Amino acid sequence: MPPDYTKKLQSITMKSTLLHQARLKQQIWLDMLFRGLTRTSAFGVLVLLVAIIVSLVIGSMPAINAFGFGFLTSTEWNPVTDEFGALVPIVGTLVTSAIALLIGIPVSFGIAIFLTELSPRVLRRPLGIAIELLAGIPSIIYGMWGLFVFAPLFADHFEPWINDHIGTLPMLGPFFSGPPMGIGVLTAGIILAIMIIPFIASVMRDVFEVVPPMLKESAYGVGATTWEVVMKIVLPYTRIGVVGGIMLGLGRALGETMAVTFVIGNAHELSKSLLMPGNSISSALANEFTEAVGDLYTSALIELGLILFFITFVVLSLARLMLYKLGKGEGQTT
Amino acid sequence: MLTLYTRRRIINVTGLLVSMLAMAFGLFWLCWILLTLLTHGLTALTPAVFAQMTPPPGSDGGLLNAIAGTLIMSLLGTLIGTPIGIMAGTYLAEFGQRGWLAPVTRFINDILLSAPSIVIGLFVYEAYVIRVGHFSGWAGALALAIIVIPVVIRTTENMLRLIPNTLREAAAALGAPQWKIVSFVTLRAARAGIITGIMLAIARISGETAPLLFTALNNQFWSADMNSPLANLPVVIFQFAMSPYEDWQHLAWAGALLITLSVLTLNILARILFRQSATTH
Amino acid sequence: MKSETVHTPKVIVRDLNFFYGNYRALKDINLDIAEKMVTAFIGPSGCGKSTLLRTFNRMYQLYPKQKATGQIMLDGSNVLDPKQDLNMLRAKIGMVFQKPTPFPMSIYDNIAFGVKLYERLSRNEMDERVEWALKKAALWGEVSNKLKQSGTSLSGGQQQRLCIARAIAVKPQVLLLDEPTSALDPISTAHIEKLIDELKKDFTIVIVTHNMQQAARISDFTAYMYLGDLIEFGDTSTVFTNPKRKETEDYITGRFG
Repeated sequence: MPPDYTKKLQSITMKSTLLHQARLKQQIWLDMLFRGLTRTSAFGVLVLLVAIIVSLVIGSMPAINAFGFGFLTSTEWNPVTDEFGALVPIVGTLVTSAIALLIGIPVSFGIAIFLTELSPRVLRRPLGIAIELLAGIPSIIYGMWGLFVFAPLFADHFEPWINDHIGTLPMLGPFFSGPPMGIGVLTAGIILAIMIIPFIASVMRDVFEVVPPMLKESAYGVGATTWEVVMKIVLPYTRIGVVGGIMLGLGRALGETMAVTFVIGNAHELSKSLLMPGNSISSALANEFTEAVGDLYTSALIELGLILFFITFVVLSLARLMLYKLGKGEGQTT
Repeated sequence: MLTLYTRRRIINVTGLLVSMLAMAFGLFWLCWILLTLLTHGLTALTPAVFAQMTPPPGSDGGLLNAIAGTLIMSLLGTLIGTPIGIMAGTYLAEFGQRGWLAPVTRFINDILLSAPSIVIGLFVYEAYVIRVGHFSGWAGALALAIIVIPVVIRTTENMLRLIPNTLREAAAALGAPQWKIVSFVTLRAARAGIITGIMLAIARISGETAPLLFTALNNQFWSADMNSPLANLPVVIFQFAMSPYEDWQHLAWAGALLITLSVLTLNILARILFRQSATTH
Repeated sequence: MKSETVHTPKVIVRDLNFFYGNYRALKDINLDIAEKMVTAFIGPSGCGKSTLLRTFNRMYQLYPKQKATGQIMLDGSNVLDPKQDLNMLRAKIGMVFQKPTPFPMSIYDNIAFGVKLYERLSRNEMDERVEWALKKAALWGEVSNKLKQSGTSLSGGQQQRLCIARAIAVKPQVLLLDEPTSALDPISTAHIEKLIDELKKDFTIVIVTHNMQQAARISDFTAYMYLGDLIEFGDTSTVFTNPKRKETEDYITGRFG
């Protein structure tokens, strides 16, 4: 067997050498083709971004030429006289997002603490999934629910109370008084908060989980309470990631369309009270774009889209940079 | 006079109670929303919903054309977006160690991942709808594909990175060319995770409304023509829910329940699939 | 060294240096690997024994910032020559890793995968080849009735023998084993050691091991390495019973490392 085998081996090696050389060219070709295809796809993502920006800029040129920087500070929105300003929707977008963050951050923080530190092990998975499911519900559902269920309840039971108690306060009063319609900037902010809570909570939970168990155990070892471990070990260790998660939630809130459109009231008016209807960039687009008549009207709406894209781009970039930093530095507290 | 120790304990218990309340608060909304959907949706969910077209106000009808349109556009969006996403994700994980392209693409992709979807709709309107001169099913599918791509890129890269390098080395040690290593060994090993990602992407686009408003628009009638406006569930829900007609609102609830159930089912299936594959390897 | 002159050298290493970025991991290594013999690399962790092994099939090239200089002659051509055809080289040099690395496909396809890269075989020939490789790897008896099952369904020791079968199915001349038993239980380890003894009839074998007894049991030649230097190289029995260098003796007798 052995000598026979050796002969066979040699003949096979010879044969395969020839065969291989014939196939080698083909393989090098396929390798280059494959690499080229994947590379082109990756490059396509950059092209997509550039294309989005370029097409939005081209689309907004008429409005930019007509209104210049004044577009950003004008509250005018009059399709009849073709005069447009972006201040009302910009303010609406920022205010609703701010309300959402104000409610969303503490709640998400609590949920993340509960999921990482408190929950019994058996519940951890199902509860985590439940929160992620909340993030998976399409935003139009939040909007519908807000319009049909939340807004009427809010108008009947909460807004009168807000009017009576907070609306009469000296400084805060003007922000919290108005007809109890249920629909308005405050309602939109609350619905947004419910929407972004799961996003922020999941990021915070993931971030909390990168804390090395040994670090936490050392703190418990010297007799720290759970709350102290969270506040003095976990939170400082993951600070950058937590802020990144919040910014990610902010990015969502700024660009969210359907949940807001249903309940914000779509009024192009700047009013002090949060109970009054307002408008946000995305809901102005959703409501008016397909009905916009005239080039300037359409162009003004596209410029709104460009502004929205710019704001979210900045916010999301910051969020990502922070999360990358956490990933790289493993949460050094510098 | 409280001792330091008692004060620490009180703070601890209060803090933990508050975080429990936060958890309950989160679950409360989930339950409330689902419950509303079920009560409003189940009564409206009649066989007619699946058998008839969207009606004019005041007459009977269903959502058949909208369901079909959503299915068609989601399918096409996934078919267009997935291969591109897998390819780009493969580049980031397997070829992108050197050079500037991979880190820049990764960054931009992560931003596109959470970019406002309404802007994607505007982009497709500007780049496609204006050019061909009318709203169309193709424009809708294209907008959905653009949303699918970043999701698939992210999961493909993440899943490929979980594959141990020794597997790549083992294939390379046999002298396999790189395209074979990647397509027959690493991508195959990451298959379950990537499929999970695709399912989550489908779940995401099947409920997307904003990007369809300016692309597919809506169509009251049955249409299989991808070059004309195409009915779809999310936009129908939007129009019907915002309308003053009660029968339209009923249909909107039925549609909302359908969408939510399918999205949640997809989400849960994806998780089960991923968990199963994680335990068998 | 006297013993080398008796055996034909299969691989000749001259002035080999290796760099991870700026860190020099191998320093002027010179040694000859004898044909159809088992050569073992031993030494404490981080001594460069795995690095040395991985230069033989240029595995390091998968990673940026790693490079090797010097010469590794195999059949009269330099492995490190940039013009060297890597796939062809790796067909001649098989490798088995520390942890079993079954591909995510059936047992049959795991073995056919490598063969198909180089040869176009008929269905029958391929069946024969798979059987031959599995028999050589002493796995045939255990898997002959479940060739269509996933390679990942096997036990750890079986998976490692599958990887050995996969490597030899290509009919390489040199077989590199990088701590092939470190993830296995003693019984599987004994299996593999017996297998190595069988395989050296057909293949030149180089094995990296952290287990000195294993090196003593199965190798004909032993190289002791420390901090990127080749401290001592020679006949296994000489290295273990009568080391020339003090450092080797310290390591072998367990006074260090």
